[in-house]
Amino acid sequence: MKRGMNKGTRIALIVLALLAMLALLAPWITPYSHEYIDWQHQAAPPQLEGAHWLGTDRLGRDLFARSMQALRVSLMIGVLATLVSVCIGVAWGATAGYLGGRVDAVMMRFVDIVYALPYIFIVIILSTLFERGSIAALFIAIGAVGWLTMARIVRGQTLGLRHREFVDAAIASGVRTPQILARHIVPNVASAVVAYATLAIPQMILYESFLSFLGLGVQEPFASLGSLINEGAQEMESSPWMLLVPATLLTVLLLAFNLLGDGLRARAEGER
Amino acid sequence: MLTYTLRRIAGLVPTLFILVTLSFFIIRLSPGGPFDQQQALPPEIRANLDAAYGFDRPLLEQYGRYLADVSQGELGPSLRYKDFTVNELIARGLPLSLTIGLAAALLAFFVGVPLGAYAAWRAHSVSDHAIMGFSTLGVVLPGFVVGPLLALLFGIYWPIFRVGGYEPGVVSFLVLPVITLALPVSAYVARLMRNSLEEVLRANYIRTARAKGLSSREIFLRHALRPALVPVISYLGPAVAFVVTGSLVVESVFGLPGSGRFLVQGAVDRDYPMVMGMILVYGVLTLLCNLIADLLYAWLDPRVRLT
Repeated sequence: MKRGMNKGTRIALIVLALLAMLALLAPWITPYSHEYIDWQHQAAPPQLEGAHWLGTDRLGRDLFARSMQALRVSLMIGVLATLVSVCIGVAWGATAGYLGGRVDAVMMRFVDIVYALPYIFIVIILSTLFERGSIAALFIAIGAVGWLTMARIVRGQTLGLRHREFVDAAIASGVRTPQILARHIVPNVASAVVAYATLAIPQMILYESFLSFLGLGVQEPFASLGSLINEGAQEMESSPWMLLVPATLLTVLLLAFNLLGDGLRARAEGER
Repeated sequence: MLTYTLRRIAGLVPTLFILVTLSFFIIRLSPGGPFDQQQALPPEIRANLDAAYGFDRPLLEQYGRYLADVSQGELGPSLRYKDFTVNELIARGLPLSLTIGLAAALLAFFVGVPLGAYAAWRAHSVSDHAIMGFSTLGVVLPGFVVGPLLALLFGIYWPIFRVGGYEPGVVSFLVLPVITLALPVSAYVARLMRNSLEEVLRANYIRTARAKGLSSREIFLRHALRPALVPVISYLGPAVAFVVTGSLVVESVFGLPGSGRFLVQGAVDRDYPMVMGMILVYGVLTLLCNLIADLLYAWLDPRVRLT
């Protein structure tokens, strides 16, 4: 993994690892849960020596506990939604690219049409399909929109692979098409897929936060970075930390994922 | 060029049809209905309401009717705002949304192009790295983070602009929303411009121009600028589309009475005609912007027309 990784990529990786660890270990670091209300400290400012390191919200809930819980949601939805979109995208793109001809034309035409639609709308419509606050539904809805780019990339790569000798050899020895796709095509597009999947994660995190910002995503008592930013924006005049904490966290998270993805993409392109 | 244009316009029809069909059925399949309230309505009233809006008919028949209405430009009555049609409501908010969107797109290009050009001209210098760093940040940060932060800085701590709400004609309310919306676009344009100009500057004809003894200024204005702008112009369409949909975020952050809020509110209230109307209007806008950009691109680069 170390070969060809520049400083930015490595820093991004370290930052992400730290954030993920912090998010996972938070329940053992802080005595507060994301929904515990501390009646003595409502809208308390951040205090390093005090009980609430990052302050509390208007109701008196610990902001550190809440942002870490939100971070867990973000990471989980980012990864799961990306998995959903990778599965659909790889299957779709590899099939279209390998079969070629009319099948390819129809499949990619469909991708083009959906691509032309404003994705935010599709996410908003899809999010209404499920009970509000169902996190599983949320990542399926988000992942169902995110696979288009992946399908295009995988198709492009597959086009270059399908006339290579090892594919011909597999056909000649009688391997069936699904097997060829799974054994010979998909493993060869893996490095590009990993790079773009890393770039897809911040996109998914962004959609989730955006939906939650609008009030369509994660619901109380659970927090999302988006809903925390929305709450913070309403209180920013009197208690700016409520906005600054989740905003900083989201910024760092998105920036780190993008840097990492860019680094991996540069590496994947160098391999070709 | 004419054939290409006509072919592209004809290509919009199936896209729009799929958009309408998909959103119609998805929104109808979602749980809950427009008349669900805290208190359940008496069944007779409920039945009357359903009958009045045609919701008691089979779904396919409703779909057929909706298509017929839409093809005549009728988006139907709003279920939430009684006595208003969706056409009236959208027409009320759209001018403000479009004003913000267009202003942001203009600002983005007039800031992004010079920034990118300067970065390419001084490639690998400190200012290049600074501009590209800003660009990465601008591309990554979403409007709902930038918006509140700008409002906090320039609306509260250093109150040079007004935030929160809108009074018609007061430009001060619109400055921060427009900047918020323009930031990611200008960052992306700067990056595009830098990369394309840097490539152009390495071309043989630029070397020839230098060898001829032309000044840097002349090389830049007469030989380098125009070819470098091609990828930037092809981004114009997606950028305008982004800005038009992005006004959704900005309007909710800054509490502006544009049309964006109708989409979200409609989705929450299950105000079917409202959601459908918003999706159609914004969908058509997006598709038109992409079309115009593609045509512009085909006009600049004749090879595109043949494929």
